[in-house]
Amino acid sequence: MRHTLAVLVENNPGVLARVAGLFSRRGFNIDSLAVGRTENPDVSRMTIVVEGDARVLEQVTKQLHKLVDVIKINDITADEYVDRELVLIKVNVDPAQRGEVMQIADVFRARIVDLGRKTLTLECTGNDGKINAFEESLRPYGIKELVRTGKIAMLRGSKYTGLQDNGARDE
Amino acid sequence: MNKTGAQILVESLLAEGVDTIFGYPGGAVLPIYDALYDADLRHILTRHEQGAAHAADGYARASGKPGVCLATSGPGATNLVTGIANAYMDSVPMVAITGQVPTSLLGRDSFQEADITGITLPITKHNYLVKDVKDLARTVREAFYIATTGRPGPVLIDIPRDVSAGMAEYEDPGPVQLPGYHIKLEPDPEQVTRAVRAIEESERPVIYAGGGVINGGAHEELLRLAEMLLAPVATTLMGLGGFPGNHPLSVGMLGMHGSKYANYAVCECDLLIGVGVRFDDRVTSKIEEFAPNATVIHIDIDPAEIGKNVGVDIPVVGDVRCSLRKIIERLQPRLESRWRDKIFNWKKEYPIEYVENGRLKPQEVIQEIYNVTRGNVRVATDVGQHQMWAAHYYSYDRPRTFITSGGLGTMGFGFPAALGVQVACPDENVVCISGDGSFQMNSQELATAVHYNLPVKVAIINNGYLGMVRQWQELFYNRRYAYTEITGPDFVKLAEAYGAAGMRVTKKSEIREAMEEALRIPKPVVIDFPIEREENVLPMVPPGEPINKMLG
Amino acid sequence: MEITVAEALVKCLEQEQVEVIFGYPGGAILPVYDALYHSSIRHVLVRHEQGAVHAADGYARATGKVGVVMATSGPGATNLVTGIANAYMDSVPLVLFTGQVPTSQVGTDAFQEVDITGITMPVTKHNYLVKDAAQLPRIVRNAFHIASTGRPGPVLIDIPKDVAQTVIDFKYPEMVQLRGYKPTYRGHPNKIAEAARLIAASERPVIYAGGGIINSRASQELLALAETINAPVTNTFMGLSSFPGDHPLFLGMLGLHGTRAANLAVTNCDLLIALGARFDDRVTGKITEFAPNAGVIHVDIDPAEIGKNVQVHVPIVGDVKQVLQELLARLEKRNDTRWLEQIQAWKEQYPLAYRRDDGELKPQYVVEKLYEITRGDAVVATDVGQHQMWVAQYYRFKRPGSLISSGGLGTMGFGLPAAVGAQIGLPGERVILVTGDGSIQMTMQELATAVEQELPLKIIILNNYSLGMVRQLQQLYCEGRYIAVDFKFHPDFELLARAYGIRGYTLRTEKDVDDLLPGALEAPGAVLVNCLVSAAENVNPIVPAGKSISEAIDC
Repeated sequence: MRHTLAVLVENNPGVLARVAGLFSRRGFNIDSLAVGRTENPDVSRMTIVVEGDARVLEQVTKQLHKLVDVIKINDITADEYVDRELVLIKVNVDPAQRGEVMQIADVFRARIVDLGRKTLTLECTGNDGKINAFEESLRPYGIKELVRTGKIAMLRGSKYTGLQDNGARDE
Repeated sequence: MNKTGAQILVESLLAEGVDTIFGYPGGAVLPIYDALYDADLRHILTRHEQGAAHAADGYARASGKPGVCLATSGPGATNLVTGIANAYMDSVPMVAITGQVPTSLLGRDSFQEADITGITLPITKHNYLVKDVKDLARTVREAFYIATTGRPGPVLIDIPRDVSAGMAEYEDPGPVQLPGYHIKLEPDPEQVTRAVRAIEESERPVIYAGGGVINGGAHEELLRLAEMLLAPVATTLMGLGGFPGNHPLSVGMLGMHGSKYANYAVCECDLLIGVGVRFDDRVTSKIEEFAPNATVIHIDIDPAEIGKNVGVDIPVVGDVRCSLRKIIERLQPRLESRWRDKIFNWKKEYPIEYVENGRLKPQEVIQEIYNVTRGNVRVATDVGQHQMWAAHYYSYDRPRTFITSGGLGTMGFGFPAALGVQVACPDENVVCISGDGSFQMNSQELATAVHYNLPVKVAIINNGYLGMVRQWQELFYNRRYAYTEITGPDFVKLAEAYGAAGMRVTKKSEIREAMEEALRIPKPVVIDFPIEREENVLPMVPPGEPINKMLG
Repeated sequence: MEITVAEALVKCLEQEQVEVIFGYPGGAILPVYDALYHSSIRHVLVRHEQGAVHAADGYARATGKVGVVMATSGPGATNLVTGIANAYMDSVPLVLFTGQVPTSQVGTDAFQEVDITGITMPVTKHNYLVKDAAQLPRIVRNAFHIASTGRPGPVLIDIPKDVAQTVIDFKYPEMVQLRGYKPTYRGHPNKIAEAARLIAASERPVIYAGGGIINSRASQELLALAETINAPVTNTFMGLSSFPGDHPLFLGMLGLHGTRAANLAVTNCDLLIALGARFDDRVTGKITEFAPNAGVIHVDIDPAEIGKNVQVHVPIVGDVKQVLQELLARLEKRNDTRWLEQIQAWKEQYPLAYRRDDGELKPQYVVEKLYEITRGDAVVATDVGQHQMWVAQYYRFKRPGSLISSGGLGTMGFGLPAAVGAQIGLPGERVILVTGDGSIQMTMQELATAVEQELPLKIIILNNYSLGMVRQLQQLYCEGRYIAVDFKFHPDFELLARAYGIRGYTLRTEKDVDDLLPGALEAPGAVLVNCLVSAAENVNPIVPAGKSISEAIDC
């Protein structure tokens, strides 16, 4: 099963290497990893999607915890959360098909970010399912290039993955 | 007052209570050595940085204090790698300090530059590259804290030359603040309750004790637990000395080269109490058939160890001593145990033994060393057959008296480690039991031994083979001895070339006298024991078999 | 053909024409050793894995072939790290095989498990953990290709024990397919033409030649270039032996311990032709004042080297030999002698020199004698430290590749095992190790290997009872506050040699050297010569830290 981990880490040089190295040497599989800074400039947040059963997940979490630079790990898979990913897709489109593609874009609330003579570049955000569906609907036109950011996620409602207690309610 | 980074480093080391450093100088650590010149710190110059790392490791294992080693950048740093990995696998508190090229030259493949923080990522508990002299004092404080608390381990601090030469104000950095580093000392009361209940319900408990008992200072609690339960105690290689080896409840070592009775006990127990252990493959062998009918309690300070290799019924995460105390205070002592009687019978029935045939046997060498020293020395070993014989035929009754490379299995560890032990315990006798292959790996440290007059007694169990590998070739590869026969120097002459004493013993009757004489000689002694060449370590669990299916 | 991976591995090695493996067995690599048992490939058993990798390194440098190493998991693998880093820094082609714990145990901190691919990531050109047995032949093929092409370097292959025992359908791939790896050999013609123009226009050119000349076997082309344009040649330490040491155009080594003539020539040149060199900090000194008035042509096979440390006017990415051949075709003979006269004046004004009038045996004297006896024709391996620099200064190398030494990493302890490897690669040649009393102790156990392999190695220890180079630095930078550099205690090296069954000599005076050194070098078998040399001697000249290379001093 796939799990989504929200991992808060010290914003130190080399922290990405520490996490990546851990996954590789322990033989854990990363599906995707996205990293960026948070509301606190000293802290970065990694969203790691990892494949494995409960025991693997337990080891992943515990081993990650042993890294001194890892501050907090939250497996949010079972929680209510919002997840988003951004994709950029460049498709082959001759002028005649442009309208069709723009309609598809509309359906997915995607945006056109660049226009070439024979290409359109689209940007779309959403969860896994939506991004996959978007990709599928464009496939018939010929995808020249595709890039995804990896997933980021946040708990819904007043729960949050902050430096204080896990999933604490801000009440 | 403004100080150089090097002076700040020295102040910080003193503040951490460091009294000895094992090291080797070089260009990038020049400022640090210059600061050491004025410092009230003992520096032991080894002959290879690997020796410095192992000596610091031995020092730490013998004393319980963190070992400190110091090396220059590049090859100095990479020469520490094996020693760091060794300390990491055996959870030894160590702080390794390396020089680095100036920050302006970092990442440019400069002379003697190696990315040692990158290299040691997988084998350190944590590591630091200090880029600003202002961070140095705090970094050293954190490094010692991390190295010595929780599950101990090596921490490396890499210090560029301009940082150690740079100036800053020295202030005590105060208590450590590490939001990502938590240690849980107190076990969860509910798990303790479950453990107590499982213990009370058990009829055939076995205690499986590891290095965590020694690291956690829990040997007294372990003894009490065993005596209250009348439960046999099997130790891992790392756990030897954590429970008195001559105690009736001791069943010695378990696992691949464990005693039959220890392995039988584990296979038949209904409760396995793992204390500071990690269910290593050398212990469990075929993991599905390890303690197959037992409820498993696992007490360890490192939560990541729990459930790593086997499913655990009752995890107790916390300091081993604290956890044992919480359990013991709720137990009633047992007065009778049929299970114990059964174990005693097994001990009689399946002793660890060997066949005498007139040629010098390694087992009798170790036994005689034990008889002469009566267990009152610190024993350091190398890795291989002699290590297993030293585990079988020498009885360790006190913690920190058996110093050996368990997890990494580093040939060449023994001798430099013994030097570190001798530095930590200047008034005790230190015996290094080594093999001809292992001893050759770091024999240059004989110069260190003589230089600092560290009167370690080295017993070389010399069979002219990489014996353990040969044994595998004999048993599992149809006696095809591919490249395991090994020659060496004349060890007696070698010792003498260094100004140490050399002896050779070829008969059983001479062992005792030679050993007694060696202990009288106030300098390092090397005793060469040319033994029966193809002697095997038995019993042995063949790979992939359950631990009760033993050869020999 | 259905065989185990271990057997397949041996077949791959045979396909790659591997003749010798340097190694040390152990549990996890046992299946491979068992397969080796039946092979005709020679296995050299060392006494420490560090010795194996340095020996393979020495073998590779001496022969130009790929050095092959075998070790077990855990400590076997970590013991290789220094040697791998050493080969990486000096661009030496090695392929290393390590055993690993069975796949099911990887990541569990099993007995003798370390993450050697993770550890060696910063010090290998590439590395592999073989998880899929069927991939092994392709991986070995790729590894040899990567190690030996482009800028050479070490490649490590980590093989779990269960993988080694897996049966596969063996076929050695004919082609190498690597999407991410395509070295450039041919220099860009426009850039070569531009270089030719710059050379034609220059008045004071200097050729600065590094180890790349030796790797690409471009010594003849280098000589032709120098003689065609009448430009003086200076070598980096790694470049020594690529240009005849007794040639009138030769300036000697440049940089930290370079000759004053070389450093002045570089500082005053108007064109610096850098060939297979990397503008290392030991060469450039204060980098802003390195060749300050010169246009820079930089030829190197590694594009990442170009512009890494200095700005380059004409970058040429390609194999030095090929580039020089194309460049030579565009050049005309130059006969302007004013620059050469200036160079000659510097050479005469600032010769390398040392004092001989104080009655002590000087290390430089030993090296000079060695040069005299061997006429520059021996393969000389060194360790690291003062003795290494004295060899660089006083031994005039004749044949490309005849200096075997650790340049970039500066690994004390490299010398003896490297000499073992060199002698195994060049059985008919005279291999001499010049080492120091600190360095030799680091890997001295390999004396047993030398004896076991019956190698006629000649070992010369320039013994000053100290870590001389560090002592020199403490004298210079720490006001003579000597710490941890004076070996208060040493073994008796002559007795030590005998413990290994090696003939030993102790030389104390110039007369001892004159009388005994020639005979020692001719004696059969391995010989160890312990030269008790002046303890206070320094390597001069030296460029103080942070100074321009034109500001060298004697200390």
